[in-house]
Amino acid sequence: MPQIDHTKKIVEISDVSFSYGKEEVLKDISLDIHQGDYLGLVGPNGAGKTTLLKIMLGLLSPTKGEIKLFGTDLKKFKKWSDIGYVPQKATSFDVNFPATVKEVVLMGRYGKKGLFRHTDGRDEIIVKKALEEVGMQEYENRLIGDLSGGQQQRVFIARAIAGEPKIIFLDEPTSGIDAKTQDEFYTLIKKLNTELDLTLILISHDIEKITKEAMHIACVDKTLVYHETPERFLESVHAKEFVGENAKFTTHHHS
Amino acid sequence: MDIFQYGFMVRGLEAGIIVAIIAPLIGIFLVLRRYSLIADTLAHVSLAGIALGLLLGLNPVYTAIGVTVISSVGIERLRTSQKIYGESALALFLSGSLALAMILLSLAKGFNTNLLNYLFGSIVTVTAGDVRVMAILAAFVSLALFLFYKELVYISFDEESAKAVGIPVRFINVLLIVLAALVVSLAIPIVGILLISALMIIPVITALQFKKGFVKTIIYAEVISILSVIFGIIFSFYFNLSTGGTIVLAMLAVFGIVLLI
Repeated sequence: MPQIDHTKKIVEISDVSFSYGKEEVLKDISLDIHQGDYLGLVGPNGAGKTTLLKIMLGLLSPTKGEIKLFGTDLKKFKKWSDIGYVPQKATSFDVNFPATVKEVVLMGRYGKKGLFRHTDGRDEIIVKKALEEVGMQEYENRLIGDLSGGQQQRVFIARAIAGEPKIIFLDEPTSGIDAKTQDEFYTLIKKLNTELDLTLILISHDIEKITKEAMHIACVDKTLVYHETPERFLESVHAKEFVGENAKFTTHHHS
Repeated sequence: MDIFQYGFMVRGLEAGIIVAIIAPLIGIFLVLRRYSLIADTLAHVSLAGIALGLLLGLNPVYTAIGVTVISSVGIERLRTSQKIYGESALALFLSGSLALAMILLSLAKGFNTNLLNYLFGSIVTVTAGDVRVMAILAAFVSLALFLFYKELVYISFDEESAKAVGIPVRFINVLLIVLAALVVSLAIPIVGILLISALMIIPVITALQFKKGFVKTIIYAEVISILSVIFGIIFSFYFNLSTGGTIVLAMLAVFGIVLLI
């Protein structure tokens, strides 16, 4: 079992609110994420999970409140290479894009390199290792668009690992992937946390699964409804409410 | 009749090959970013630049470069301002610059055969000085593409993830359109304003049909582009046809063949 280092805060969210125009999406969210944690971010559809993730990544600016990454205010934060990001699959890329698996994973090195510097043999080795880590080394010369959804997601994980980050943000990485592949996928994610010592924040709509995997669960529904261990989260009223009322919120089916 | 005994044909070939090399390098990013029509818009803008040069008595190639580069930044600003739809911004600049060009041309009494050279290209009038300017600009564009290659690839593939790892997306977008503006300006003598976008787009969409990785796709596009341009120049010379038209039809023929295989 990996250890959470409670002395090291990786992400500090203080009193963050966010609105699209007049519609308030997030309200007064405060949440700390420590080194080594594996946080499952859950909540009903449209509850603001992805918005919160994008705020943490600096892709959206909060209307109110502060975010710190590795102790530095987000506005001044420069070490983006410490951050890995696995976007929601369906929306993130063009399946006809002419790139091999290797070329996609190599992009993970780009942020690390900085302007004007090109990738070299060392980067290629890191890319190979990342592909081995996710079990996709045999596919390195295949086109990304020719792979199945589950395989593409593995490649995006490899891209995130290749950047040698300290934390990885994953936005519903298993949406649109069949149940068996999902299980393999969660095993892989857990390995990143236990073996590579990466801090993870994973958005999931699948409460049943994520409560078995993550070390902590944060439930967001405009406000931070709950932030606890999975066991306590499941015992809580909130979980029952969501499991009962929102069918889409639990879509994990056992065959 | 030997094509190489004519100095103007040798210069034409040199200029053609320079453009053939550089156009798909920019074109691949334009196509993949769904910016294909920007090339056409910039070409029309360059006509306004040429008209301005004719009116002021300056070298039209230089004024075309200046006007196109400045406008390209304006187009990108308007496109991303979200005040109007992105493609409407292109339509606005395309027709607006053409209107401006017509007014400037009528002031400069520029509706003459000279204008046809700019519209349809005229490699026989390319001077040694033109070739030198084109070579310098092409070298500059290639260097910029080389330096920002990985950023361009990343934002073309997945802009949001690129942003998340700290790649300066807005700057790279502006850089791309400014480089496209430079290439459009330097391609004018070869195929003319009306056909420039074909040179940037057709070899790339042809290469994409092979379904290869990024680097291989660029190489395929380069081969198609260079061979079509050389073929077009030589063929049009011996059969006394329009060079620009021959080049573009050759590219389209290759595209058609590749599509059928």
